[in-house]
Amino acid sequence: MKIRPVSTTLASFALAGAAALGLAAPAQAQISGDVVRVGIITDMSGVYADIDGQGGVEAIKMAIADAGGSVAGKKIELLYADHQNKADVAAAKAREWFDTNGLDLLVAGTNSGATLAMAKVAAEKHKLFISVGGGTSALTNEQCQPTTIHWAYDTTALAKGTGSAVTAAGGKTWYFLQADYAFGAALEGDTARVVEASGGKVLGVVKHPLSASDFSSFLLQAQASKAQILGLANAGGDTINAIKAANEFGITKSMKLAGLLMFINDVHSLGLKATQGMYLTDSWYWNKTPETRARGRRYFDVMKKMPSSLQAADYSAVANYLAAVKAAGSDDTDKVLAKLKAGKVNDMFMKDGWLRADGSMIHDMYLMQVKTPETSKEPWDYYNVVQVIKGEAAWTTKAESKCAAWK
Amino acid sequence: MTEIFGVPLQALLGQLLLGLVNGSFYAMLSLGLAVIFGLLGVVNFAHGALYMLGAYAAWFSMDRWGLSYWWALLLGPLALGVLGALVERTLLKRLYGLDPLYGLLLTFGLALIVQGVFQQFYGSSGQSYSAPEALSGATDLGFMMLPNYRGWVVAVSLTVCVGTWFLIERTRLGALLRAGTENPTLVQAFGVNVPLMVTLTYAAGAALAGLAGVLAAPVTQVTPLMGSNLIIIVFAVVVIGGMGSIVGSIVTGLALGLVEGLTRVFYPEASSIVVFVIMALVLMVRPAGLFGKEK
Repeated sequence: MKIRPVSTTLASFALAGAAALGLAAPAQAQISGDVVRVGIITDMSGVYADIDGQGGVEAIKMAIADAGGSVAGKKIELLYADHQNKADVAAAKAREWFDTNGLDLLVAGTNSGATLAMAKVAAEKHKLFISVGGGTSALTNEQCQPTTIHWAYDTTALAKGTGSAVTAAGGKTWYFLQADYAFGAALEGDTARVVEASGGKVLGVVKHPLSASDFSSFLLQAQASKAQILGLANAGGDTINAIKAANEFGITKSMKLAGLLMFINDVHSLGLKATQGMYLTDSWYWNKTPETRARGRRYFDVMKKMPSSLQAADYSAVANYLAAVKAAGSDDTDKVLAKLKAGKVNDMFMKDGWLRADGSMIHDMYLMQVKTPETSKEPWDYYNVVQVIKGEAAWTTKAESKCAAWK
Repeated sequence: MTEIFGVPLQALLGQLLLGLVNGSFYAMLSLGLAVIFGLLGVVNFAHGALYMLGAYAAWFSMDRWGLSYWWALLLGPLALGVLGALVERTLLKRLYGLDPLYGLLLTFGLALIVQGVFQQFYGSSGQSYSAPEALSGATDLGFMMLPNYRGWVVAVSLTVCVGTWFLIERTRLGALLRAGTENPTLVQAFGVNVPLMVTLTYAAGAALAGLAGVLAAPVTQVTPLMGSNLIIIVFAVVVIGGMGSIVGSIVTGLALGLVEGLTRVFYPEASSIVVFVIMALVLMVRPAGLFGKEK
């Protein structure tokens, strides 16, 4: 649709005028619809349901409960939906909530495709959008939007974390096992660049189809390369089955594995015996400080498992949003964004985090190594933090960025 | 070192052996499908779910009751057989006179329900199940290290496949089964309980899927979706082999495993579609499949 009928344009002018008048009149009533509505759309039933899903919804419920269920004297309402890993379902749901339910903040759970689609809808409606689980760096790069905040991590941060730290620690030669689709290619490409920039060498890549039935033959090819590090540029079930086969075929005796996108749930389901010694980068780990432990235990009481970094980020994002609404005394997108940009975020998820012009929430990332079964003291005690990747070091640089808002 | 198309011979041998391991899974699953289709005329879309249930039975019996792998190997197929008999008696039985499409829809629906329930209870990242001590470790074959467990899988699978083929094609029971599906009324007139035979056939097919599931549990992660990922390939195997042909499903299963293994060496990106390309080619030349009979 290029040509807009004159009548609707006039109508929108009239509406805008009315809205301006309405805003001008009572200065205190700045919460639209007298309710602050927070929504999360995520994968609640598919492959990513464990790392976010219902657990993410529960984490947000905790954030709302901790705010006392209300902000600026108005009730907080939570909506949640399953996008089934379909971008069109996600976008349609987001549109429905913005148009008919008066949604103020949309939190996007997992799946990069669905997240990119929802970010566009939110930008069109000029509503605040916080991505937690979608990893694609396009969200804050070529597809950045003024209303998008990327809260937890992106593929660039993962690549810089694992790629540079492992290479610096002596893992000079790499071979990649790459899932043969956009995400895998991006992750492999980003990491390979970082490895080479850090003085390492990429000996080869083998591409496997998504949800491959067996990894042994890909792994034998990787082993034949005699590389020191096997980078797993895949996710979820593919990563898990690759690690399992790597153990079975004794690949782990000659190569060290580096998971480029791994969550604590993956380690939990594989067990320490199969994952010990692996490197991975994540934005958060429950057993890090007394504060994170307290948060983890509280979540454990409800869900009977420890939170992933994403579920912690869900809590952090909504808690900070509500604090910003309180400080602004309004749920207006620009006013809340101004508050979020003004201060630093200090909570159990991040220290001195700040919101950059491209929408990236800048905070420390952690390179971790999986513990051996002997050194793990309790269930879910899985990682040693090997290195903290401080502040902006983990994220896209201004020179690399294609985001117009940050130029 | 000898090389074939730039690939060292040793690496090639290794890949062929791995293809054989995967092929033996295909063979065992497609065998169950072929038995059920050949004798009952049911396109059993629940086969993947039954396979998944077999793997979960292994994990569950270890996790809850501490039963070893060997017990799982016995009890898993047995439990799945009983479940199969129940499904046949209560649901499938009502559809025999109708278009085969109804059986397909019923079993597909069942598969979706079972998968959904398991995802609800056990999540999507799955459970880990280790190979038994006796079969862990690896043997050096000179050209590669073969994990002992994978060798065991090939041995069990080949034994079961040959055994099933012998039972159906070479024994009196098999002859009765085949006759019962051709002309149930006549065979019943000879005093054979055909409905019972049909129930047992479906149960046996389900037990085969369960056995494959138990065998697969230590090799892949036990997840609710493990069956649905595999079932499409297995259906392609059955179609290539010829719907309902026992020999066809066994031979094609193993052969396609080998072809897939080779594809992984020469052009890994195509390894997931090579089976379907072959299926299309076979259907163009021989619409009834390699071993199927034209009707």
